[in-house]
Amino acid sequence: MFSRNYLIVSILILTSMVLTACGGGERRQVIQNKGSDTLVNVAQAWAEDYQTVNPAVVVAVSGGGSGTGIAALINGTVDIANASRAIKDKELKLAQDNGQNPVQHVVGFDALAVYLHSDNPIDEISIEQLAEIYGDGGTYLSWTDLGVEVPGCQDQEIVVVSRQNNSGTYAYFREAVLSDRDFKLGTRDMHGSKDVVDLVEKTPCAIGYSGLAYATDHLKMACVAQGSGGACTNPSVATAVDGSYPIARPLFMYTNGEPTGAIGDYMNWILSNEGQCIILNKGYAPAVKVNCG
Amino acid sequence: MENQTVPADSGLDSGFDRLNRDWYIDKAVQVLVFIGGISAIVFIIGIFVFISKEGFGFLVGDFNFKEFFFSPNWRPTSESKETFGILALIAGTASVTGLAMLIAIPFSLGTAIFIAEFASGKTREFLKITVELLAAIPSVVWGFIGLAIMNPIIIKTFNVPVGLNVLNAGVILGLMAAPIMTSIAEDALKAVPDRYREAAEAMGATRWQVIYKVVLPAAKNGLLGAVLLGVGRGFGETMAVLMATGHSINIPTSVFDSVRALTATIAAELGETAAGSSHYQALFTIGIFLFIITFIINLAADLIVRGIRKG
Repeated sequence: MFSRNYLIVSILILTSMVLTACGGGERRQVIQNKGSDTLVNVAQAWAEDYQTVNPAVVVAVSGGGSGTGIAALINGTVDIANASRAIKDKELKLAQDNGQNPVQHVVGFDALAVYLHSDNPIDEISIEQLAEIYGDGGTYLSWTDLGVEVPGCQDQEIVVVSRQNNSGTYAYFREAVLSDRDFKLGTRDMHGSKDVVDLVEKTPCAIGYSGLAYATDHLKMACVAQGSGGACTNPSVATAVDGSYPIARPLFMYTNGEPTGAIGDYMNWILSNEGQCIILNKGYAPAVKVNCG
Repeated sequence: MENQTVPADSGLDSGFDRLNRDWYIDKAVQVLVFIGGISAIVFIIGIFVFISKEGFGFLVGDFNFKEFFFSPNWRPTSESKETFGILALIAGTASVTGLAMLIAIPFSLGTAIFIAEFASGKTREFLKITVELLAAIPSVVWGFIGLAIMNPIIIKTFNVPVGLNVLNAGVILGLMAAPIMTSIAEDALKAVPDRYREAAEAMGATRWQVIYKVVLPAAKNGLLGAVLLGVGRGFGETMAVLMATGHSINIPTSVFDSVRALTATIAAELGETAAGSSHYQALFTIGIFLFIITFIINLAADLIVRGIRKG
């Protein structure tokens, strides 16, 4: 008897919970936003601040990489995909086959910093040198090939830190530094920008690349020169905006078709002065001229 | 006679009514239990069919047997030419599992012998519970230990460039596989009849001689089964290996080389791949390969363990 009553009560509670949840879903609109790890912090900040602008819209943000976001857009499970690289022709075709129509929006720019251990004596590095370190068939295996000795680095072996092969950062680095050649085999492929920075910070022999926004005081960022012997440029928001830093890239958001309704309002707000000041505060360059006071 | 048969009949009738309802309940429960019983088989077949279906497009399309198994070039997203070679990944998984077994076999057999043959009373119970507790540590926690604790220790102790390597993952995986192997090895030792030990002791054998000359040979099938299950565990482990190996495509020449495992590759890449692309299908083909390997290992372990129980 007791157990039967118990059962009825719990069914009632569960039903009412499900009903309330559904009711809540009807009143608030949820925008699903997923993709690039580079953009995830900014996307989160946008989502939070948008709560004060329009409390009726909830933006659910998750990371996982540009490939994840675009794949989710292709599969139709997100409203907005974040990407730190442009959509590939193959992906565009796949999306169209699935009845989706990805529309590209540039929401900001990011300088890709080359990170070194704080004990590494190198201050500047050229794109050619980076290609020799990272590229397939590249000849630089040891720090002595670059004419330096890194204290605390056994055998002076260059520990090359890269990203997993679906990352937008990986794809952009391949395009900008390796001119679409392949990466060397044997790079340590980290899962996320944060992991790259963590590993380089703890490993004297290491070199890695990640968005400028992941910089900490415990590691060093190289000044990057376009050609060997040329003047180098330090990564910063300003050099990313004026285009003088050689490895700065646009950051994208993709929607399915021209955004309308709540998604359209959200995209407009992101590109407004208020939205663009948020991306600037997070260490990225804004897509439009802003005045943040 | 008639007077007697009628009430008997009506009694039978009402009895048949109840029998009827009970009969249906009985049948329903039978069917439920049957479904429960075969569900594991249904799920396994279902999983295999699903993985095969997803990987099939690759197997009939871009799949090239020689490249797949004998090339270390795993470049599924290359701009110039996509290559799907898993030799380096197989080498990674095999080296880590091999080292893990070198570490786990002496530890787990030693523990099993101590628990089954020497320990008694509270010591035995305490040890058994501790070993089972070790088996309950989630693999991501092991991976975290590898990444945050073992990495700097290995760099400092061995003076190597990076601590995420075969050694790190092998030690972690060895510690993960040891509890399961210990439990099964202990069962195998306990399955050796006491009369063997008594007979040996009656002949004047010391305790060590009893174990070494009598118990271990008698339990060898079960012990081999335990080792094989440990190997299967090592092959299938994902999270800890992903975090501790360094995730680098590399055929290792020493224990200080970073490697990448088959399982970790699937875990790291599948979530970010557009469904239906050849990269996606290639990952599922790795899944088929892993499935077949672990299936063979587990089947072999099972057959060997069964062998001792019957004999």
